[in-house]
Order: sequence, then C-alpha cells, then structure tokens
Amino acid sequence: MASLVGSRVERKEDKKFLTGKGRYTADITLAHQTYAVFVRSPHARAQIKKVDTSKAEKAPGVVAIFTGKDLADDKIGGLIAGWKIVSEDGTDMKVPAHPALATESVNYVGDHVAVVIAETLADAKSAADMVKVDYKVLKAVVDTESAMDSEAIYKDIPKNLCYDWLLGDRAKTKEAFDSADKIIKIDLRNNRLIPNAMEPRASLGDYNSSTEEITLYTANQNPHLTRLVISAFNAVAPEHKFRVVAPDVGGGFGSKIYPYAEDVVIAWAAKKVERPVKWVAERTESFLSDCHGRDHVTHAELAVKSDGTVVGLKVDTIANLGGYASLFATVTPTYLYGPLVLGLYNIPAAYCNVKAVYTNTAPVDAYRGAGRPEATYMIERLMSKAAMELGMDQAEFRRKNFIKQFPHQQALVHNIDSGNYDAHLDKALEIADYKGFANRKSESESKGKLRGIGFSTYIEACGIAPSAAVGQLGAGVGLWESAQVRFNPTGNVQVFTGTHSHGQGHETTFAQLVTEQLGVPIENIEVIHGDTSKTQFGMGTYGSRSLAVGGVAIAKACEKLIEKGKKIAAHALEAAEGDIEFADGNFAIAGTDKTMNIAEVAFNAYVPHSYPEGLEPGFDENAFFDPMNFSFPAGTHICEVEVDPDTGVVEIVKYSAVDDFGKLINPMIVEGQVHGGIVHGVGQALLEGCQYDSNGQLITASYMDYAMPRADNVPSFDVDYAPTNPPHNPLGVKGCGEAGAIGAPPAVINAISNALGIKHIDMPATPENVWRAAQTATS
Amino acid sequence: MYNFSYQKVSSIADAVDAIQKAEDGKFVAGGQTMLPTMKHRLASPSDVIDLGGIDELKGISVDGDTVTIGAMTTHAEVAASSDVQGAIPALANLAGNIGDPAVRNRGTLGGSIANNDPAADYPAAVIGLGATVKTNKREISGDEFFTGMFETALEEDEVITAVSFPKSDASAYMKFENPASRYAIVGVFVASSGGAVKVGVTGATACAHRGMRLEEALNGNFTADAVDGVEIPIEKMNSDIHASAEYRAHLVKVMTKRAVEACS
Repeated sequence: MASLVGSRVERKEDKKFLTGKGRYTADITLAHQTYAVFVRSPHARAQIKKVDTSKAEKAPGVVAIFTGKDLADDKIGGLIAGWKIVSEDGTDMKVPAHPALATESVNYVGDHVAVVIAETLADAKSAADMVKVDYKVLKAVVDTESAMDSEAIYKDIPKNLCYDWLLGDRAKTKEAFDSADKIIKIDLRNNRLIPNAMEPRASLGDYNSSTEEITLYTANQNPHLTRLVISAFNAVAPEHKFRVVAPDVGGGFGSKIYPYAEDVVIAWAAKKVERPVKWVAERTESFLSDCHGRDHVTHAELAVKSDGTVVGLKVDTIANLGGYASLFATVTPTYLYGPLVLGLYNIPAAYCNVKAVYTNTAPVDAYRGAGRPEATYMIERLMSKAAMELGMDQAEFRRKNFIKQFPHQQALVHNIDSGNYDAHLDKALEIADYKGFANRKSESESKGKLRGIGFSTYIEACGIAPSAAVGQLGAGVGLWESAQVRFNPTGNVQVFTGTHSHGQGHETTFAQLVTEQLGVPIENIEVIHGDTSKTQFGMGTYGSRSLAVGGVAIAKACEKLIEKGKKIAAHALEAAEGDIEFADGNFAIAGTDKTMNIAEVAFNAYVPHSYPEGLEPGFDENAFFDPMNFSFPAGTHICEVEVDPDTGVVEIVKYSAVDDFGKLINPMIVEGQVHGGIVHGVGQALLEGCQYDSNGQLITASYMDYAMPRADNVPSFDVDYAPTNPPHNPLGVKGCGEAGAIGAPPAVINAISNALGIKHIDMPATPENVWRAAQTATS
Repeated sequence: MYNFSYQKVSSIADAVDAIQKAEDGKFVAGGQTMLPTMKHRLASPSDVIDLGGIDELKGISVDGDTVTIGAMTTHAEVAASSDVQGAIPALANLAGNIGDPAVRNRGTLGGSIANNDPAADYPAAVIGLGATVKTNKREISGDEFFTGMFETALEEDEVITAVSFPKSDASAYMKFENPASRYAIVGVFVASSGGAVKVGVTGATACAHRGMRLEEALNGNFTADAVDGVEIPIEKMNSDIHASAEYRAHLVKVMTKRAVEACS
C-alpha cells in the first residue's frame, strides 16, 4: 500500500460540511426541548440592586427564570482562572469572583445576569424583556493603558491589577543595555480582536432522571476539560454523571477552549426543569460575550551594537484581561507571551514585565496564537525599526541575529530543539523575488502608488505542552494527549482521540497517520472525537497541539497494536513471536510467504477459540503521550503592499510564506491552515479593531462596524516549506494551525511602514490611519 | 422580531388602503433593511404590507432619452439589464455593486431610496443623473426627494412607482467602501450632459446631496484637475469610527476626480 503520509488526501469530512450535513449543536433538537435567553447587562459597570422576575414569570410560555441567587442556593460555583501567575514581588495573582449569573455586580456589557427558559424562543425573548434589573450604574474602566490609574473595579483588587509579572533578569539586561551602542525603542498596541467563529456558541442541556446523568451538547474545542471544570469547580454534576458532547463545531480559534457561564447554567438548568434546555447565541451576543483576544499596550527597547548584533531586550506590557479572569486568560499574556518575545534570535539578556489589568470590557482569553502573535508583532516591529535606524538590510539584520546552533537555550524559558532559519529566509527571499523589489517599487511609483516590503521571521512554541514544565509554571492541568485505536472484528478501525476537530481536518490527517502505521485502507478508518462518553479523557485542541501531541498518542497506540498483533499472528501461524515481522498491514513469518493481514488478526483476536494462557483476546489499545518539550515551528513571511496615498487603501500585492512545520502529513490541509492563519493576521493588521466607547459600550458589535477580512482583501499566497526534524517529537511534526496568524501581522505592518517610510503605524492600519500617516510622511 | 400582521397586496390602491387602516403599518419592498431591523426588535410595525405582488411596480423601459425603472425592480435586474447597460452603464454598475448577491437579488430601487440610508448608493445616482421619482400621487425631482437622514419627501401612504433617469453624455459612480459593511463611506455619481455637470454625493452627510461646489468647478472644465481647488466644508460631514469628517471631505474630492476620469 502506498504511503498516504505527505499526500494531499481530500478531506474525509468535507462531503458532509459542503453538502450542509454537518450536525452542530444548534441542529440538535430533543423532545420536550425548551429555549433559553440570557438577560445581559446593558451597562459596563454597575451594582445589581435587585433582579425582579415576577412579571416575566407570568409571561406566556415561561418555564422558569433563574438568577444568580438560584445558582448560589444550589451551591453552583463560579467560573475559574485555571493558571496561577505569581507577581514579581512574590504575591499571587488577584482574581475576582465570577459567578455564572451575576449576583452583586456586572462588569461588562453582555455580562450574564439571569436566564429565561420558555416553550419557544420568542416566548423566552419576550419574557427576558420583562425581567427588571435595578442597576446602580458606576463609572466604567475601559482603557487598557490607564486602567491602573482608574478607580478599582473590585474593592480587594487595587489598581485593577491582577498581577505584575516578570520573566527574565533585570540586572543582566541593564548590563547589556549599558554595553550597547544604540537603543531602539517602540510603543505599540496589539489591537483587541473579536474571534467571530462562523458558528456562534451554543449549548443544549439534557437531564436523564433515570440515570441522573446530565448531557451537555456544546460548541467547544475541549469537551473533557469542560466536563472536568463544570464538575469540579462549578459542581453541576459529578464527572461520571456528566457527559459533554462537542459535535461538529464551526470554528473555535481559541474562543471555544473554555467552558462559559452559559454552559454551566444550561447544564444545571436542564436538571432543574427536567427538560432539555437549548441556547444558541445570536451574533450580537457573540460579539459581546465571546472572549476577545489580544489587547496589549507595550513599550519595548532593543539594545544593539553598531555592527547590528542584538545584545538585549526589555519589554513592558500592559495586558487587558477584561471584566474577569477567564480560564486561560492569565497564562496567555505571560507564559505564552513572555518567552516568545525573543523571537528566533540569539538575544543573551532580556526581561519581559507584564501587568495584567481588569477593565469593564468582555473577558480576553486565548485567541489563535494566544500570546505568540503579540510577542511576534512586538519583536518583529522592533527588529524592523532597528534595521531601519541602523541602515541595515531587513533580511540581513535578522539573519545576523538568528539562532544558528541547536539545541539552543534561550535567555527566557525555551530550549529550542531544532530549526534552520537561514533556510526559510533564503527560500522566502527567492519566492518573494526580493531582488526585484526595487524595480517593482519604481513601477508602482509611476502609477502614483507607494510600494513597500515587510519581513516577519517568526517562531512560536506549540505542541502544547510538557506537563511537568507547565505544572512548574502554574498550570492547573497536565497537557498530555490520549488515543485509543480499536479494531472491530470485521477489520475496520475506530480511532478515538482526546483532541477535537473544529475545522482542522483531523478526521483525514489522523486517518492518514493510522493508514501509514497499520496498513489499513483509509476508508476503513473512522476518527471519533468530541464526546466524553465515547472517547477516553483528553485535553482538546488548541495551541497547534493536535498532531504534535495527539497524533503521537495515536501512533503509540498503533505500536501497541502491532506488538500485540505479533503475538496473535505468531499463535495463529504457529511461529515464534520473534520471527513475526509487520509491514504494510501484514504480519509475516520472516523469510517465508506465510502472512496474516491485520484485519484477519483482528478477527482472530475477537474469536479466541484456542488462545493459550496469557494471550489476551481483543484488539484495542490506548496510549497517552506527554511531550518532552514544546515544538517550535518557525518561518519567514514576506509581505508586499501597494498603498494608494490618495485614499490610504493598502493592497497586499504579494505574500510569501516559507514555514518549518517539520514533517507534513497532509500538505493540502497544512496549506489551508497557513492560508487561514495569514488571513487572520491580515485581518488584525488591516481591518479588525474592537472598539468600546468611554462608557464601555461595544461600538463594533456587528459586521456593519467590525471589519472581517474577505477574499478580496488578500492575494493568492505563495506558500512553501523548509522543514527540519524536531528530535523531541516521535512523528517529526511541529504544528501549523496558528503560524499564519502569528507571522502575518508584523509582515503587513512592516510593509506599510516601509512603503510610507515611517517608523510606526498601529494596527489596524485602516485607510484613514494610513492616509494620515502618508500625509505626515510626505509633508 | 415581534408579532405583526402581514399582507401581500396586488394593487397600489390596495396598498394605500391597507396602510391607511393599519395602526402602525409599513410597506416592505425587498426588506433588506427592514427585516434585519425587525429581527433585532428595533422596529415593530403592527402591519407589514408587501408590495412584491404589484406588477405595475416592476420592470425597466427606455423611452427616448429616459430610462424608467419600476420601484420594485431588484438591483440584480438593473445590473443585468441590457437596456440600462446600454443607456446609462454607470447606473447598471452601481446596482451591480450594492451589497452582496443576496441583497441584490432581493433589494429594490424603490426600497433603497424610500429608506434613504445615508450610505446607500442609489440616492447618489438619483441626484447625479437628475432623476425624477414617480409616486402614486405625484412626481418629485431627485434634488427634492431626499430630505434628511432616513427621511424623504414621501408621505405615509405614498408609494414610489418608478424612477425616471435621463441619459447623459457620460456618467460614472465611484464608491469608497466601508471595509466592514461595504456601504459607501463616500460615493460620488458624476454625470455630464451637453457641458452641464451634475454631482450626487452619498455617504458623506446625513443624506445624499448635490455637490454644488464640485459642479461649479466642473462646469466648463470637466477634468479631474478642476476638482483640486474645490474646498469641501467638513461641518456637515458624517464622522464615525471608520472615517472622520476631514477624511470624508477628502474622499469626496478623490472619488469625484476618479469619477470624472472614468467619464472620459
């Protein structure tokens, strides 16, 4: 059988998705189902004086109305922050209570106050309008930069400061700066983004009074963790009486990693009313209440020698957490950000200080790249500005400072196991026709356009993550992954993975992997995920981890099957186990033509009529894999833009990406991930900017005002690879899901800065902002 | 969406009768603005009177120098009409770039101008081409039709039947799109006939208006350069997160220049 690894196998899941047969949470309708609508705060910050549901309870069709008091009476716990961060002064981070339905205060527009459950959605909506909440409106804290100087939102959290965290060595960094010839400084904002998964969040709770089990169907990337958290911390039901199903999920990008208040409330309410309860977010609710991403204000300085050698880096960031600390909110701007500020450069001394602040805005949590895009944007803008100020070539200045020897222990946390940065830079320079840029620039000038080229040589840490390492850094969980590979007696295979696919194509990639390992035809393999009652405990999908961690677990389970298959084949073929060899799906007695196909072995394993003592029936193995290290994808992205100085419109005319993801299992799927990631990054750089007004009202609460990237905003990308082998990963893979979103924003902004000859422009570089910058640049 | 009564009428007389009897009735044409507004519970008419069944409101005809388009003609029909493409290609182009395919296949000329969104495209053409809006009661000149933000000269029970667009020697529409909604941040329709130039500007102010200063500069010197010296006052310009008043005023000139260039 020809190997499918490395082949552009068409996605097994596309037939159902492209023919409208995906089955999402909102598509599931259960008998006697009720409909929930959440009463949300119209204010960014207010005390709740009274919630009066009396009139609403009498409205037509109302089944029940619950408030925070009802949850408290049932001892339902609040939402948690899952990663403890310790401040530089040794104190623990400060986290406010986050009840699933607000009791004392509301802290962002869209905060959940009550839930109305009714026979129809229209009834629920009308009754929700009748719930009277008496608010004492307080002055909202909105702005990231001034949050520490504003009135404290929570009385026990002074300066609205969750933590003041330090990574690195201030003294050593100071020495490096003292030795430098030139200090390059930059002030920048990493704009707040709203995830906008195509499928809005949805939850459907179902209580079985016979088994006393709650089932929660939810649009989620991480069903086992959702079950664990809602069981252990919210105390809705014990884990063994709680099933979480994340069926087809239409995109997550991080915003569906964590359970939300609605999941807790819906699961609990289904038991209370003993009927299924369904909630599907409207798009406006998604804008208001999905966790947002990014939102940093950063001052950074780079210390360089006059020959272009970087000797030190200082980063001071204020990260906005929003109104509460969401599940992974505290780690995103610290351990997912701080270590990455060094980029793929050999910078011997550095520190990164992050002050995380609360504001009266939607909670901010992990979003495609989570911390790494913020780090990459900062260092790649700084490197570009440094090259500009030193008068050095953008590519060569970067190359001079690349890490060249591997493994490389960085000054902050990471030990980079593999890479060849010259290789992807060289290939990208060629694909981008860097040499021809000057000519193209002149051509643009003759048309009245300004042309610019921008570089981004990025690295990220993914394949999240070694449990021991993350445990040491404050994680509340281990980040291994699990797999079970089960042969059925007729020889087909079910692969149970603890990861979750919500657009990534696992059903195909993992099947290719199993085909490679076991020699089973791909059409005989089914990948199963997303149901805690079907699959063993797993840690879900995020941080480009599914193949790099979950794929290895699958491979290990396959290895166990092969080992067991050798025993069975030896018995059936009447040979010594040591004489059995396995290749291409067949067990053979070495040096003979006596073989047994793995499907026959499977059947034999379930019909063990003459098994000797010690040979266990069944052909079904599971495995767990805990990685030894993060994986470190890296690459060079080169963006070329043409700016219309009369309007400020930026057209991306050429975009070249050369990435090192290690070995590719399905290059077509990888390409799709790269394309999607770049579009995400272009969206951040040019279009997307979440804006609140000074009262904390979300101005960009619909697609009329929140600009998403579309096909006509991007060119056809030139994508290629320059792989290296990561010694820590048994499959030789690194992860690719977030790379585009990490690499693209600085490439785009560097290109615009280059076109206009300016030192900086903040994201999103909207036409008006670019037009204004062009005015200043030319005047 | 709140509950409402729905009726589909087959004549203008029935439509007028229905709206007069309704407590708080609304005509619906293509529904591309009204239905989303109702879904968001921002509008709650007691009665929705659907004009989609009135045949006399549909269709396109060319008579001498005038193109008459029925109020219920969709944007897609206008865009695809060889009559419109032949007589006033800029108008067909404008219609073909409104919203997205779904909007173009449902949205209508009459609905668009009756709604008078400050960022809608058609009003620029109605003004720029000097069109006449025909209703069941009277004829209203394009210049007088648009009276303010979402306000028109229409009375409660007045139904637009058609719009007559005079042909011009040359015309062009240039739109600077809002990156999010793709509505016009600024759209400028320029038409030149026998040396007389008309300029319709949308997106920039509370509602579409004639660019009188631009017309003055372009009359007798129909070149892009003629626009350079025109001062666009920013006081009445819209200002929002996508474009400040100053930027909009600047774009009015840039889009006018590009429209003039496209006319040649």
